[in-house]
Amino acid sequence: MAKRPSPNDSRAVDLSILSDPKNLAVARTAAEQMAREEGFVPADVDGIVLAIDEALANIMRHGYEGRKDCEINIRMEAITGDDGRGGIRIILEDSGKQVDPKAIKGRDLDDVRPGGLGVHIIRTVMDDVEYRRLEQGGMQLQMVKYAGDREEPTT
Amino acid sequence: MADANDSPVKNVDVRAEGTVVVLTGEIDYNQSHKLLDVLNEAIERRPARLVIDLAAVEYMDSSGLGTLVKIFQQVNAYKGKMALVAMNDRVHSAFEITRLDQFFAIHQTVDEALQA
Repeated sequence: MAKRPSPNDSRAVDLSILSDPKNLAVARTAAEQMAREEGFVPADVDGIVLAIDEALANIMRHGYEGRKDCEINIRMEAITGDDGRGGIRIILEDSGKQVDPKAIKGRDLDDVRPGGLGVHIIRTVMDDVEYRRLEQGGMQLQMVKYAGDREEPTT
Repeated sequence: MADANDSPVKNVDVRAEGTVVVLTGEIDYNQSHKLLDVLNEAIERRPARLVIDLAAVEYMDSSGLGTLVKIFQQVNAYKGKMALVAMNDRVHSAFEITRLDQFFAIHQTVDEALQA
């Protein structure tokens, strides 16, 4: 496994929301503010907001199967990558239905139909995406987005 | 930020050339079922054109996009036309990421969409 980027502990936000879709707007606002504070360009801020929204909606829809009174923990932290770039890591944890992380895939976009776009969006806009089952039950999703483009190593 | 209980539909205008639905606010998983209900009602009489004005939409996620695809399939099934109008950059990027910008007819103005 790749070395995890180190968190800058002074710039972390912890939120806990219930799985009511009305709370999506609250989480989006917090993510937008944090991404702006960390200096992301507007297009990347929009991408981060969309990714957290899609991930939370998936937990509400699939993990908790529409129940509105279950807890979702959100941690957003500023990080520094191994190449020195700043970034943001978002960690979502739930206690809902567990699924095989390998089964969580975006679908073929050539097949135009409603549904199934959320995972594709998350994997497109974020740089690193990792799902895992939690020992105590539920799932954890870690998503990382770095500011700017990664520099190609010179040979 | 829009009130979570607000309707995402500002206006439905039935014209000779087609039905124009004006959307507003933030269309997410909390709002998309309301949008689906209104759009289903708008196509009950099978308008020749369904034009969806997105100029006042600040945000749309995949549940909103999926709702539009669902309605498109129904409009297409009765041989009608559906077009989208005037989305902002933020909403347009969601269409781009999912390649739906290549699937939908997207126009600058409602009049242009009604003539297409």
